[in-house]
Amino acid sequence: MNTTALPAIADRSWLSRHKWLLARRFSQFAIFALFLSGPWLGWWIVKGNLSSSLTLGVLPLTDFYLLLQTMAAGHVPFRDALLGAGIVVAFYLLVGGRTYCSWVCPVNVVTDAAGWLRNRLKLKGGHTPHPATRYWLLAGTLLAAAATGVTAWEFVNPVSMTQRALIFGMGFAWTIVLAVFLYDLLIAPRGWCGHLCPMGACYSLLGHGALLRVSAYRRDACNDCMDCFRVCPEPQVIRPALKKVSPGDTPLILDAQCTNCGRCIDVCQPDVFRFTTRFDRRTEP
Amino acid sequence: MADFSAPASQGRRRFLGGLAAAGGGCLLALGGALHSRQAAALPAQALRPPGALPEDEFLGACVRCGLCVRDCPYDTLKLAPLGDSVAVGTPYFAAREIPCEMCEDIPCVKACPTGALDRDLTDINKSRMGLAVLIDHETCLNFLGLRCDVCYRVCPVIDKAITLDMLHNPRSDRHALFLPTVHSEHCTGCGKCEKSCVLPEAAIKVLPAKVAQGKLPEHYRKGWEEKAKHGGSLIGEQIEMPVRGLEGSAQ
Repeated sequence: MNTTALPAIADRSWLSRHKWLLARRFSQFAIFALFLSGPWLGWWIVKGNLSSSLTLGVLPLTDFYLLLQTMAAGHVPFRDALLGAGIVVAFYLLVGGRTYCSWVCPVNVVTDAAGWLRNRLKLKGGHTPHPATRYWLLAGTLLAAAATGVTAWEFVNPVSMTQRALIFGMGFAWTIVLAVFLYDLLIAPRGWCGHLCPMGACYSLLGHGALLRVSAYRRDACNDCMDCFRVCPEPQVIRPALKKVSPGDTPLILDAQCTNCGRCIDVCQPDVFRFTTRFDRRTEP
Repeated sequence: MADFSAPASQGRRRFLGGLAAAGGGCLLALGGALHSRQAAALPAQALRPPGALPEDEFLGACVRCGLCVRDCPYDTLKLAPLGDSVAVGTPYFAAREIPCEMCEDIPCVKACPTGALDRDLTDINKSRMGLAVLIDHETCLNFLGLRCDVCYRVCPVIDKAITLDMLHNPRSDRHALFLPTVHSEHCTGCGKCEKSCVLPEAAIKVLPAKVAQGKLPEHYRKGWEEKAKHGGSLIGEQIEMPVRGLEGSAQ
């Protein structure tokens, strides 16, 4: 979302500097279009919402963090939900759990917008919570479900609230969206998605063996312009791969927090990055 | 000295940061939990779909996906938006707006992926979404001695869930009152009676059974039922005492 283009970037076309961003926005938009084509146009392709859905009457998909909460609350889910969550888990084990965050989750658009505006307004500083907060929050939400017997986090969860509001009607959900936006803009840079969201934390647990990864395969061409660090929602994941400090000296970004958003690929003038598999350790000069 | 103290203070800072994170995370989750307890109270006019587990279990089982809403052919069900008095995102219906049409194949229950709507419910007549209560005896037209009967006529379980019980009308002294009477063992709580009540504000309303129903103490026995079951009095023949003090009455 960094549009303060350095002179070096200017000689690549706008499209090539934004192709993964556009692809992601298309993916996020298309998913909601599929959900809304039913109620708006009568074309029932996907029913339900991101919490649980049924595609073309055959494919069940269930958010596994939500299912975990119901199980923590003491509910034994029906097989449809278990199957749906199984498919979701299998998919994100392949592509990396946090791919959900950047390619599906609508809150990502909100926090990206906040991040973009933060750059534009040159807002500096802020109070980011400890990066481990999300895992404590994840544990806390499951404990809360166990203690109360209800899916307690779902009364406040901005992620499910936002996606449901888009599909089933807004109500006052915009206040939650606005709160997340303002939090990221004014208080904590990349605060919600990068430090707090227990849903993202839960999905990141599926990211440790992901097949789809970004590789800094031309890291020797890196000119230290720092553009990738500026746009990356989880900047700490880049350094081990780019600066050859990862174990085994791999050029692959293997950190489970990498959301596979591809913005580093977009913004890098010397084309250091590309999508590849986790087995592809090739480097090129 | 500086070489030694720097990593140690960094470690301490990280530890304290982690501690704050743990505290903050737990506090937030606790806040969510407390908020949920408060928000979990279902208002009396919001009815859950057929087969819904008891409210406290339902809120632990429902993932708020809206598949039941989508498969409801009459657009009866809706997901509570934020700001509604129903737990956000959970399905409910308001009988006075659109009641449950009691589909025989119960599509909403079949659509539920988690079992928050119980698949064991296969006969819609056995669903218990709430209980109709003739809540206002002062405005109900039948109570006033008129023959409205609409709630009785529209009841899908007519003559079982609602009956018209005939009583003497003491006002005219020569007419009858046909009192719509709900029987809890048959009422599904579909809400058709409330929907069709002709008054501007329904005199019959569907309420959660917990709100609507009284309960006799466990040890109570109805003498006349025990007597019928036994085939005679359980305490032998009683002495008939003469009734006194009614000498001057009209009888």
